[in-house]
Amino acid sequence: MEKILVCLKRVVDYNVKIRIKPDETDVVTEGVKMSINPFDEIALEEALRIKESGQADEVIIVSVGSEDCQQQLRTGLAMGADRAILIEHSENTEPLTVAKLLHQIVQQEQPKLILLGKQAIDDDCNQTGQMLAELCSYSQATYASKLSVGSNSLEVTREVDQGLETLEIDLPAIVTVDLRLNDPRYVKLPDIMKAKKKPLDVINPNDLKISMDPFFKVISVTAPPPRESGIKLNDAGELFDALKAKGLVD
Amino acid sequence: MDADMKVLVVAEHNDGAINPSTSKTLSCVAELTSLGSDLLVMGNNSALAEEAARFQNVDSVLYMGNEIFEHQIAAVMSPVIAKIAQDYDCVLCPSTTFGRDLMPRIAAALDVGQITDIMNVVAPRTFKRPIYAGNAIQTIEIQDNVKIAATVRLASYKEVETNNQATIKNIELPEIELPSHTRFLRIESEITERPDLQGASVVVSGGRAFGSSENFELLYSLADKLGAAVGASRAAVDAGYVPNDMQVGQTGKIISPDLYIAFGISGAIQHLAGIKDAGTIVAVNKDADAPIFEIADFGIVADLFEFIPEFLAKLG
Repeated sequence: MEKILVCLKRVVDYNVKIRIKPDETDVVTEGVKMSINPFDEIALEEALRIKESGQADEVIIVSVGSEDCQQQLRTGLAMGADRAILIEHSENTEPLTVAKLLHQIVQQEQPKLILLGKQAIDDDCNQTGQMLAELCSYSQATYASKLSVGSNSLEVTREVDQGLETLEIDLPAIVTVDLRLNDPRYVKLPDIMKAKKKPLDVINPNDLKISMDPFFKVISVTAPPPRESGIKLNDAGELFDALKAKGLVD
Repeated sequence: MDADMKVLVVAEHNDGAINPSTSKTLSCVAELTSLGSDLLVMGNNSALAEEAARFQNVDSVLYMGNEIFEHQIAAVMSPVIAKIAQDYDCVLCPSTTFGRDLMPRIAAALDVGQITDIMNVVAPRTFKRPIYAGNAIQTIEIQDNVKIAATVRLASYKEVETNNQATIKNIELPEIELPSHTRFLRIESEITERPDLQGASVVVSGGRAFGSSENFELLYSLADKLGAAVGASRAAVDAGYVPNDMQVGQTGKIISPDLYIAFGISGAIQHLAGIKDAGTIVAVNKDADAPIFEIADFGIVADLFEFIPEFLAKLG
């Protein structure tokens, strides 16, 4: 295939223990390490492997977000993507709006395969890939843990609640990836230098003629109710007695 | 509660039975409307409609029988559901891999935003949902005059009673063009007599400390003694000791049993996200500093290979 499009989101790094802002409007993101959403990184790794196996010519990465997203796009270019597109928008953008913006890019670039993470680890929405698939009228396979590329179709194994489901889907297709699909590569210093020279186009969303109006208003972001701290027991006998006292075993 | 809200629930079914996830989704309906809901069953087996009619909070079962729905493919279902949803104020699915695959396509077809993982209905158009793997709770309000499209977080709701006799209406496939770009090839599932992980009242769970799939047999024997379902950490699944459908956590299943016993699981935040709603959490781990002890009601620092046989002996 000619092109693969991979969609990346900039999120609070996986290893950061998040803190809630005192005014309960959001979590703290200032001064916090930001990264490519880990599931999106797996999507990019898969696209690069498909290209390196000779089954695709070009890997394009795209992100919707603030100017700061250029850092994550540069990381994606250093991993091996050929060029990047940033749809620059400083406000938080809802998944349907992101999907509509991405739909415009799909129409311009006509990729045969579009890869995304199954969800972003910040809002945990798990929506954008499927929404994009509906807007494009493309086939979809979510939660992919194995992917083989044929000439006009893909065979995708999906991690579903019942086990492993395998679908055959025609191209063009949208695949959202799960964590067991691959282990993303580490970026090497020379690649970071090379990535600085790769093209990164910045697009104004107004030029794409998509309404950016939100459907939702965030009323608050609060900490979950804490669990009472428990007690240490010494052995199986003590546990049996404690559970029996609560009526949980007999 | 909005007395007049018309709610459509899309049923999930597997192997000829309505999935308990559907029942938990119906439980959320009671927080949204006093009208009950219509339960849409798309399948190829009319026994599903009869089973669906017994759930509380269902006014009518809308049964659309057709072989194209045999495998519940999202791209085939979404245009049909979007058409039916024209007559409703709200469409709900369980937040399972089935519902999460499907609902965004429905929302996009309806041109509305979606709410993932309703854990509580605060007001008719205001919902609580977990973000950051459950480490924060977001309260969001959807604009007026916009259809609600949402998935319901199973760990936040109990199953409804099954003593209803709802009307069953057989409905025809609307005349719209449906895609043929997706073909089901196969599903590989573990055959087990044990309870379903998402519905079980007791879950025992194992981590990488088991060291092999053979060693998991010890956990299975405890599960059978307790009538429990068996779960696992991501590390145990990645190591190939158990299949992916046993994984508990943010990537995997989010569960709310009355009793959860974790053996040899350190307690990464992604795992803890999956068990926070459990009634009582027990952790058995050799490492006294394992983070799981911070949320466990009962913690025992012990070697699981010594502990489980002792505990089995106590259970008699």
